[in-house]
Amino acid sequence: MSDPMIRLRELYVEFNPPGKRIQAVNGVDLTVDRGEVVALIGESGSGKSVTLRAMMRLHPEKTTRYSGALEVAGQDVLGMGGGALSQLRGKRVAMIFQEPLLALDPVYTLGEQIVEAIRRHEPLGRAEARARALQLFERVRIPSPERRLDAYPHEMSGGMRQRAMIALALACNPQVLLADEPTTALDATVQIQILLLLRDLQRELGLSIVFVTHDIGAAAEVADRMAVMYAGRIVEEGPASELLTRPRHPYTRALLGSRDEGALRKGRRLDTIGGAPPDLARLPAGCAFAARCAFADDACRAAVPERRELGARHAAACRRLDELPALLAVRADEALPS
Amino acid sequence: MTGYLLRRLGYALPIMLGVSFLCFMLVHLSPGDPLVSILPADASAELQRQMMQLYGFDRPLLEQFLRWLWRALHGDLGTSIATSRPVTGEVFRAVGNTLMIAVLASLIGFSLGSLFGFVAGYFRNSWADRLASFVSVIGVSLPNYWLGMVLVIVFSAQLMWLPATGAGPGGSSDWAWDWAHVQYLILPALTMSFIPMGIVARTVRALVADTLSQEFVVGLRARGLGELGVLRHVVKNCAPTALAVVGLQLGYLLGGSILIETVFSWPGTGFLLNQAIFQRDLPLLQGSILILALFFVLLNLLVDVLQTVLDPRIERG
Ligand SMILES: Nc1ncnc2c1ncn2[C@@H]1O[C@H](COP(=O)(O)OP(=O)(O)OP(=O)(O)O)[C@@H](O)[C@H]1O
Ligand SMILES: [Mg+2]
Repeated sequence: MSDPMIRLRELYVEFNPPGKRIQAVNGVDLTVDRGEVVALIGESGSGKSVTLRAMMRLHPEKTTRYSGALEVAGQDVLGMGGGALSQLRGKRVAMIFQEPLLALDPVYTLGEQIVEAIRRHEPLGRAEARARALQLFERVRIPSPERRLDAYPHEMSGGMRQRAMIALALACNPQVLLADEPTTALDATVQIQILLLLRDLQRELGLSIVFVTHDIGAAAEVADRMAVMYAGRIVEEGPASELLTRPRHPYTRALLGSRDEGALRKGRRLDTIGGAPPDLARLPAGCAFAARCAFADDACRAAVPERRELGARHAAACRRLDELPALLAVRADEALPS
Repeated sequence: MTGYLLRRLGYALPIMLGVSFLCFMLVHLSPGDPLVSILPADASAELQRQMMQLYGFDRPLLEQFLRWLWRALHGDLGTSIATSRPVTGEVFRAVGNTLMIAVLASLIGFSLGSLFGFVAGYFRNSWADRLASFVSVIGVSLPNYWLGMVLVIVFSAQLMWLPATGAGPGGSSDWAWDWAHVQYLILPALTMSFIPMGIVARTVRALVADTLSQEFVVGLRARGLGELGVLRHVVKNCAPTALAVVGLQLGYLLGGSILIETVFSWPGTGFLLNQAIFQRDLPLLQGSILILALFFVLLNLLVDVLQTVLDPRIERG
């Protein structure tokens, strides 16, 4: 707990394309320890990918404004110069993208791309780098790896491409792996294989992983902790098992839906909630979820709720946390036939 | 690869046949008497008939075409009516001359166009982009012959650095690759390069901007590649299309620019076509159109093959 690989404090990310202002991330606090796996969940547009990419400062430099503190592998990502940043990327922190077909250069073979990434960070010859690439392909369990190194991305199946992408990410032995929906684009059976692979690699290499997912089952399977995002804030975070069985924030409750048998089944998608998330160009003054929350009152709409520790690394940001059980009980009574 | 090449050649053959048929027919469909330029105005009907027979103009069209094609296949495109010299020689000399300025113009156009396009696409919406786009629009839209005359006025008349017209100190017949000759090449090639430059610049700008907006560029940055590393990837992604565009431009330039070649008195294909049309020199016209069309088809083929070799995304299906 004393050895954080990622530390975000009051992180804000704002996009300023011409004539617009999009507040995509609005004060995120998150700590990820060495060897820890954290899942980011939340509805589409809640700022999961933006938060993840911010950890490598990957957003377009010109139109993006960051503020707050952002440390990865002990380095201040927001303060560092371009040279130091590109030393960090790929070497200390690597990223796995949702759609490897789009995230790999189509006109270079996978071998060429891995060799390039290795030689970017380490003084190795071509042959040595290629030998390492071959080992990586074996490690991510790609069959006939020698031949596959010379394949172009479009010549592989989705699952193989994602394995290759993982090999590429691991090329320089990073400590932190960021994965943005690494299995969403894949078939169900392949999804499980990739998840298991990631989990095995994480254990072998002691990686810290932050991964975005819409699949609660996947999160439950792989993650130590989960963080729930809404409108660019983390509304609740805690140990995965606790969050799944005892969610506290109304948004988490709605998102995870009924927690019966089926809730933890792999592949189960998040529930949909009535209403729409707020416009990130015009955030409300108070709790961003208030407009869709059955329990919101005027005080909720007046000020952004503080984050409250609920013990054992569990925290949530809701003013009425303590009243909720009672409120829920009343609602349950009302629903009962008299 | 060999199979692919053979297949592509196989596709090209019927195109070439069609092209030669069209060349032949188009010229015959145009109104007027083919012999009018060499026969005296008061020639007797008998003389006229004899001449028609001599040149074969009295036969059925299809037969004329087949004879012409057969001879063409043996390298004989007939005799120019105006000069009485073999058409093949005339055309190839002109093609050679035009090829020199066209290749040089394509090289200049490709280099400058790629440079402008790259800068514009990479720094989109910056002042460099606006400047590069302005230059390329100027290049495409200003009339060629006007540019040519301006260049002549500046570099020949005022500065006296380069000769204004001609293809060498002793005419075009004794071409050599020395400065005395090459200096004649520069102004026409430069003038001719403006259009390919503008077109290449616009294409490359769009290509680069499109490539940069793709997700894999974020992927490259996430691997720790710096701007130069990213640049290398962008170039390789854009190169096949950029080369195809310049290849096609070279094809157009081979047809010669009548205006440019006239301004610079450059004895190329444009000049030759001009001459053939005004003198109604049918064999010369047919021959030069045919050869140019074949060049164009072959160049297209070459560009296609080159693109397939360079771009792994294109299946050799
Ligand atoms: N470069 C950018 N410029 C402007 N707006 C952006 C940019 N990147 C993201 N956004 C906006 O930020 C908001 C949050 O997007 P983000 O991609 O983080 O959502 P997400 O939680 O990952 O959703 P999903 O589950 O659909 O992937 C969206 O409204 C998106 O349009
Ligand atoms: Mg996303």
